[in-house]
Amino acid sequence: MYALQMQNITKSFGNVQALKNISFSVAPAEIHALCGENGAGKSTLMKILSGVYPYGSYGGNIIWNGQEVRFKNLSQSEHAGIAIIAQELALVPEMTIAENIFLGREICNKGIIQWDKTIAAATALMQSLSVSLNVQTKIKDCGVGIQQMVEIAKALSKKAKLLILDEPTAALTETESENLLQILKKLRVQGLTAIIISHKLNEVLHVAQSITVLRDGESVGTYNASSIDEEALIKSMVGRQLSDLYNKQLRKPGKQILQISNLHTWHPKTNKPIIKNVSLTVHSNQIVGIAGLMGAGRTELVETIFGAWAGKCDGQITLNELKHFPKNPRQAIKNGLALVSEDRKRFGLILQQSISANTTLAALKTFSKNFLIQNKAIQQATTQSVAQLKIKIHNAKQPVAHLSGGNQQKVVLAKWLLTKPSLLILDEPTRGIDIGAKAEIYTIIQNLAATGVGILMVSSELPELMGLCDTIYVMNNGTINGSFETPYSAESIMHYATAQH
Amino acid sequence: MLFALIGIWLLFSIVTDGVFLNSRNFTNLMRQTAIVGILASGMVLIIVAGHIDLSIGSMVALTGGITAIANVWWGLTTPLAIVLAVLTGIVLGIINGYLIAYQKIPAFIVTLGGMLIYRGIVKGLTKGETVGPLSDAMQYTGSGYLPLWLSYILIAVSLASFIKYFFTLRKNNKSIATAGLITLSLSLLTVLFFTYINSYKGLPIPVLVLLMVAATIAFIAMQTPFGRYVYAAGGNAEAAFYSGINIKSNLLFVYIIMGILAAVAGILYTAQLGNATANAGRNLELDAIAACVIGGTSLLGGKGTIPGALLGALIMASLDNGMSLLNIEDFTQDIIKGLILVTAVWLDITGGNSK
Repeated sequence: MYALQMQNITKSFGNVQALKNISFSVAPAEIHALCGENGAGKSTLMKILSGVYPYGSYGGNIIWNGQEVRFKNLSQSEHAGIAIIAQELALVPEMTIAENIFLGREICNKGIIQWDKTIAAATALMQSLSVSLNVQTKIKDCGVGIQQMVEIAKALSKKAKLLILDEPTAALTETESENLLQILKKLRVQGLTAIIISHKLNEVLHVAQSITVLRDGESVGTYNASSIDEEALIKSMVGRQLSDLYNKQLRKPGKQILQISNLHTWHPKTNKPIIKNVSLTVHSNQIVGIAGLMGAGRTELVETIFGAWAGKCDGQITLNELKHFPKNPRQAIKNGLALVSEDRKRFGLILQQSISANTTLAALKTFSKNFLIQNKAIQQATTQSVAQLKIKIHNAKQPVAHLSGGNQQKVVLAKWLLTKPSLLILDEPTRGIDIGAKAEIYTIIQNLAATGVGILMVSSELPELMGLCDTIYVMNNGTINGSFETPYSAESIMHYATAQH
Repeated sequence: MLFALIGIWLLFSIVTDGVFLNSRNFTNLMRQTAIVGILASGMVLIIVAGHIDLSIGSMVALTGGITAIANVWWGLTTPLAIVLAVLTGIVLGIINGYLIAYQKIPAFIVTLGGMLIYRGIVKGLTKGETVGPLSDAMQYTGSGYLPLWLSYILIAVSLASFIKYFFTLRKNNKSIATAGLITLSLSLLTVLFFTYINSYKGLPIPVLVLLMVAATIAFIAMQTPFGRYVYAAGGNAEAAFYSGINIKSNLLFVYIIMGILAAVAGILYTAQLGNATANAGRNLELDAIAACVIGGTSLLGGKGTIPGALLGALIMASLDNGMSLLNIEDFTQDIIKGLILVTAVWLDITGGNSK
């Protein structure tokens, strides 16, 4: 008898099938790990289980404790004893640990909060998780490790029988991770069932009893943790043919454009070292990739190069044979840089503004004469960009908010191409984009490289990096752990990205 | 909102037996709109940038006070007094803008403080006295009218620019019918407006100033990189920063424009009254904000137009004017204006949700 069975789960977003007929089962009091590359469908699957994607929006059945369940929202799944702890923690920073644990379910007597009881209950809960911190500490004063524990305490206080943890250790230090895993083991002995999503395979093998591997929205299989090792696991995660989605062109690297040596950066608030001693080179006519897990420091690295990093930094950057240490993106752009950031809605687009306004925003001054915008030049540039990048639009005055993810990303690309950069940095350029648009963006990137632009590309999708890049650097924990040239081995890249020191 | 304005005008015309829209009261109505309209033009930029300015009522009093002191006590000529007042406005704008943009103090706090401080300064400067009467030339800027022959030149220039606009529209692939309709209605409106207002005494100088200010600010907002950056930064500050926009210096400049416009409003306000008091311009900041919001400016930033704000100012002034004509008591006027403000925004929000 299983605690949970997910049977033949399918889910599509528009034309893209995200999950194809996935089935897996979790035994009672088992820690079950879900592994797979980014985009394999792990988070989607868990959102279905917890009711974030309501019944009816997916295909297949969920059997929980022997009964079929059809959750329409999060509170229904919580009521049934399933609690999900998302990657981005949902705590109120200005409130205390105790207040956060009982938020929305305050211990009351006739509408008045019973603080004594609240604090006593919170203290008991936290102690059961081996945390002896005063529960009247504000969340903003706690480390991420404690915050993670508060989330677990919150779930336990709701009498959760199944705990879903999405990358619980991604932001934790080694000791904190070790702590968390110990607690999970202890809770399991007490009868709790857990599903854990993690990229850190040694942790997975250490804590889980069974492991289900997903790849491209399909289930590769469920393994017994005692009968599989890290190498075999990696192989089943990445084992696929590189299709001709990429259509890799032959390139000869030209002159050196970007050189970074011994770059260090520190967190703007905590002053913790983030980037440690990074050196790398990009040539014109070349695509250089940066692989690594979330939190490895890849985004922080490109933000530093682009002048958008708020913390301290140290080291040498040379761009086009000139010293380059931009104080802000404005200077970086002047020096010939462009950054397609990982979150296009937040950093890339003014959503309520038109396609034409967004496309010409970064290069607006080049379309002006005597402080006046030349409307004709704006129109021409927009029309040209739309044609060149095959952006699908009704008209150029339409707000970009109405475009699909792929077309929005093309608008961001168009905006940067109009600044005529000598180095284009792409941070997760195909995140959340359907496969058709992906292929088009790959072509755009390669065509750009062919015109002599240097390209530095961060991606969590290894096949994409292997399909496009001439060199791949692997980042891990703020440093560059290794660099690879073709022919690539996915296994060894994954190994360098996940290895812990 | 245009329909709301027409509705209000019709209603007041009926209940006042046509007095509301006769050429004399229409001239008054336009004059009443001028001050709030000038302030609202600047306020649109500030709200679009994602900020607020609560100090402009006090800035109107302070710059107006300085105009009067310069003109009456020091005996300076009208142009010199005006220059002095505008310089004061620029300084006040720099202070507000610097603290908000570069020192990151919330605009609400900076300008709330400014509201008290600038009012305090003008109280101290005028020593609580009424400063007046202003020189005749100074008073003309507030209560004078544009000579008829000049208004004809103005009409001619407007018509010429409309014809030029017709060809721009044609170039943008608008059909002859659409382009013609737009140009024709613009021309007709202009001619009607001037004929009507000239049938009383002519175009009041403050209204002329309002038209020039609104046209200039609207042009800056739409046709300069600076203007577009204001909208970009207000719409998504992070994306604007990542696109290489200097958000700080842009914001400083927005507050300087507001300072200049507050000074212009202060000069006209004082010149209209013929004297300056420390109590001048109370609640003008609220009228200007209300005008912007009624005209569709979003307090979240990134969205708003100058014509919209002018429409808002005209609605507010029409309510004031109409209710005064009807001798409605002061307290009822306040209640009605408050209700209209909240209702307008409520309709805007529910209308936006249903889309």
